[in-house]
Amino acid sequence: MSQLQFFLALVAGGLSAAAFALSVVTPFEQGLLLKAFLALGFMSLIRFFLPLGLWADAALALLGAVALLTTIGAFGPTPAFFWMALVGAWLFSWLFVERLSKALAPRLSDNAGLGLLIPMVFGMALLVIWEVVTRGANVPPVLLPAPSMIGAQLANSAPILWADFVQTFIKSVLPGYAIGCLSGLVVAILVDRSPFLKAGLLPIGNFMSALPIIGIAPIMVMWFGFDWQSKAAVVVAMTFFPMLVNTVAGLNASSAIERDLMATYAADYWQTLMKLRLPAAGPFIFNALKINSTLALIGAIVAEFFGTPIVGMGFRISTGVGRLAIDLVWAEIAVAAVAGSAFYGVIALIERGVTFWHPSVRGGRA
Amino acid sequence: MTAVVSAQNLGLTFKTNDGDVVALSDVNLTIDKGEFVSFIGPSGCGKTTFLRTIADLEQPTSGTLTINGQSPENARKDRAYGYVFQAPALYPWRTIEKNIALPLEIMGHSKSQQAERVKRTMDLVNLSGFEKKYPWQLSGGMQQRASIARALAFDADLLLMDEPFGALDEIVRDHLNSELLKLWDRTKKTICFVTHSIPEAVFLSTKIVVMSPRPGRVTDIIESNLPRERPLDIRETPEFLAIAARVRDGLRAGHSYDEDHI
Repeated sequence: MSQLQFFLALVAGGLSAAAFALSVVTPFEQGLLLKAFLALGFMSLIRFFLPLGLWADAALALLGAVALLTTIGAFGPTPAFFWMALVGAWLFSWLFVERLSKALAPRLSDNAGLGLLIPMVFGMALLVIWEVVTRGANVPPVLLPAPSMIGAQLANSAPILWADFVQTFIKSVLPGYAIGCLSGLVVAILVDRSPFLKAGLLPIGNFMSALPIIGIAPIMVMWFGFDWQSKAAVVVAMTFFPMLVNTVAGLNASSAIERDLMATYAADYWQTLMKLRLPAAGPFIFNALKINSTLALIGAIVAEFFGTPIVGMGFRISTGVGRLAIDLVWAEIAVAAVAGSAFYGVIALIERGVTFWHPSVRGGRA
Repeated sequence: MTAVVSAQNLGLTFKTNDGDVVALSDVNLTIDKGEFVSFIGPSGCGKTTFLRTIADLEQPTSGTLTINGQSPENARKDRAYGYVFQAPALYPWRTIEKNIALPLEIMGHSKSQQAERVKRTMDLVNLSGFEKKYPWQLSGGMQQRASIARALAFDADLLLMDEPFGALDEIVRDHLNSELLKLWDRTKKTICFVTHSIPEAVFLSTKIVVMSPRPGRVTDIIESNLPRERPLDIRETPEFLAIAARVRDGLRAGHSYDEDHI
């Protein structure tokens, strides 16, 4: 047992014991499950004499979470031992993840699925704490709604959320992203080819990247109208520059020897570009694609704050705040977060397949 | 015999911010077909620059240089030579066989011709069985062999090698040296080989060009009378040692061991 594990086990068990002692003054049948959890947590101190498996900690953390969620509000004003139980359950889940990551460490490198387990436990713990704190302490929903409220809102307004998703993600983000990235790539190749364009276009690209999105969004609305076209234009303006600079850098990533080799074959410009310089620029281009995948979504949502038809994620967020429909705003944020992460994840997966040869992907095997 | 490489009064001066650097000065040299010529000298003597000038990767600033009777630029466009660099420079996104096929793709050979030539050159450098491996999965010696195969794939008569074994340990180096000699004997190619190792130069060459720095110039040209068939232990024979001694004298005469230059 490491020092951290020892400390976690001691505090989690001790806290359960103290909370259990405090809870005995309440009527027996009140919050029975919570008391059972506290009693078991107390008993877990036995681990200092007889080893307990890491799954015992998992079971304790799970029991604690269920007990907390089912006994919110059972005691009238929330008593101190309830919060102690929350901290205890959290410590048990921390202890579990700590032991699990130690146990998995040797096998993590060749099994990506196991690697997902730890962030999942972590995320679940976060959600439970959020739920218990907001409801247990009666936090006003306008400040922070409980995850269950957001979940209910997600289910209830699925058609609205889907329409917003289609409007913002499918119609604005994807075309804008494709046009912005592609034109950035093409302009980078042109810039690389001609010193004149390098002197002329690169500073303009630089200038464009410095334009505040808050400033260009209303102008794009005036140019391209209220619908998705103006949002896509904002996304193009945002994604163009990262792709341009990254590709220009990437095209120079091949070494002098690699380029001399092409010269000894008397390869022409296009052969050198297709067989050497673009593949060598791959890691740089994928970096830009990843940066842009998140930028594009942010750009489209912010752009919708400046005039839009009555649909779209940004529109829903701005009107939702005005109407104090905060749970809808949170539901929209959840959709945006999931869509953004999935988009990024897909690009990252493609990257692993395409630039498998790069040391950062193949794990530094030289 | 026809001259493959012919240089008259060849000079090359690099213009830098600190003034001009004379990399090559007044080089006169003729290399005949089928010769194995080594260029030896300390760093800065212009041996790599001379090789790059033959390859048209650098342009001379004075004198004349012809390859197979034409200008270096036309010779390069004719794909007259294969070049092996100090580093293998294999493209990491291509398998070994795809790397060796690279010049063939660029030169527009058909798929079946590519496959046949790749197979033949991989046999020639003893790399069969590693076709589908990526360069980073092979050892340094194997990578350099793959780069030699790549230079041989399109069957140019002239092979330019710039310290190809410089980064390898001595055991691998001895092995590759003997293999290179066998390959030279089998293919009848003309080879220009840059090195800074005296035993390597004497072991491999029919002609040794000794160079010295500041300015880069040729100080001695030694014709070797060793037989074409050379086992590794030829390096202990008196004939071998006599040539090695003459190379060492040539290097010393060029002041390349001058205290104040090191």
